[in-house]
Amino acid sequence: MVYSYYPGCTLKAKAKKLDRYARECAHILEIELEEIENWQCCGGVYPGMADELATRLSPVRALREAGEKKQDLVTVCSACHHVLKRVNEDMKTSGEIRQKINAYLEPENGYEGETKVIHYLELLRDRIGFDRIKEKVKHPLNGKKIAPYYGCLLLRPFQVMNFDDPENPSIMEEFLLAIGAQPVHYALKNECCGGYVTVEDEKFASEKSSSIMEAAMDQGAKGMITACPLCKYNLENGGLKEDIPVYYFTELLAEALGVKEQEEGT
Amino acid sequence: MREEILRISGVNPSKCMKCGKCTATCPAFEKMEYHPHQFVDMVKNNQISPLLESESLYCCMTCLACEERCPRGVKPQKLIEAVQVIKLRASGANRLKPQDVAERLDPSLPQQALMAAFRKYSR
Ligand code: SF4
Ligand code: SF4
Repeated sequence: MVYSYYPGCTLKAKAKKLDRYARECAHILEIELEEIENWQCCGGVYPGMADELATRLSPVRALREAGEKKQDLVTVCSACHHVLKRVNEDMKTSGEIRQKINAYLEPENGYEGETKVIHYLELLRDRIGFDRIKEKVKHPLNGKKIAPYYGCLLLRPFQVMNFDDPENPSIMEEFLLAIGAQPVHYALKNECCGGYVTVEDEKFASEKSSSIMEAAMDQGAKGMITACPLCKYNLENGGLKEDIPVYYFTELLAEALGVKEQEEGT
Repeated sequence: MREEILRISGVNPSKCMKCGKCTATCPAFEKMEYHPHQFVDMVKNNQISPLLESESLYCCMTCLACEERCPRGVKPQKLIEAVQVIKLRASGANRLKPQDVAERLDPSLPQQALMAAFRKYSR
């Protein structure tokens, strides 16, 4: 099955592992990811105000390209996923936004939010199936205790994201079980890491992320997974005396599928 | 200005029942002078000047916990963003300037953090 694929800026630079392992694992799982040709940065945050049109253009261009190929659009980064999904919803539900953006882009070939945006985790769960992934695992993680960290952007607002139960999600737990790890249950898995506020007030963001990591460690976690480069950055910058490694979920998938050489201690 | 805020945010503050759940769940609570439920109340009552001048405008992390957990579907975060946007659209009001971030450019800071910060703190 062929999908359109939107990597996003951070995956081309600071988060290359998130991207590389997503592609390599897709290959093993017999999924073809076709990168959108002329994608541009999603903008990093969803433009929430109804009169912000320019900031919605680049997501719409990517959505439309996938739509023209009649492919679902797969994203990996939580932030890109959030922005693309919400702008897509605007194109579907807001007549005013749809009309103005289409008038600017290409009036004769209007886009109306037809593309389905799916996160890589949803691809694993709904299109491939965790059972199938389990069968493909070569190096199971041997019950390693990993804390799933969801953060905000994948889950909220549920009305639009419709990704998983926003207060008690389980997709990452199911994923961890499929690759042979033991998911750790802890309280703060869907609380905020501090996000972009780290640029404005680094200390405050560190406090937020360190309390999340501490909660995970208190429950015995030996590592954490995330889908978001900024969550990873904040968690790693929490400044705890003792901390645990933070992995992209694709990294552990790659390890389990035998794509990634098994490294000491991971 | 109140009308402008309501228009661009699409929020109707009259739906609020003052339960305080948004504020109770807000992870930026301790940093804020005005809390999410106060934004809702103050915009409703057209007391916007103090909000425009408050540091509270820059505390929100857009985690959307307030939106998800509000029993009345008010979306306080959108209102905060609207007041912030109005403030930043006034010329010369940029909170974050390119020269200010130089010292924060540590090699591991992801691009998305800078993109997001510039979208949130400047126009
Ligand atoms: S979106 Fe902003 S105001 Fe709402 S709970 Fe999160 S930090 Fe607080
Ligand atoms: S949670 Fe909703 S209803 Fe309750 S105070 Fe906040 S905005 Fe008002």
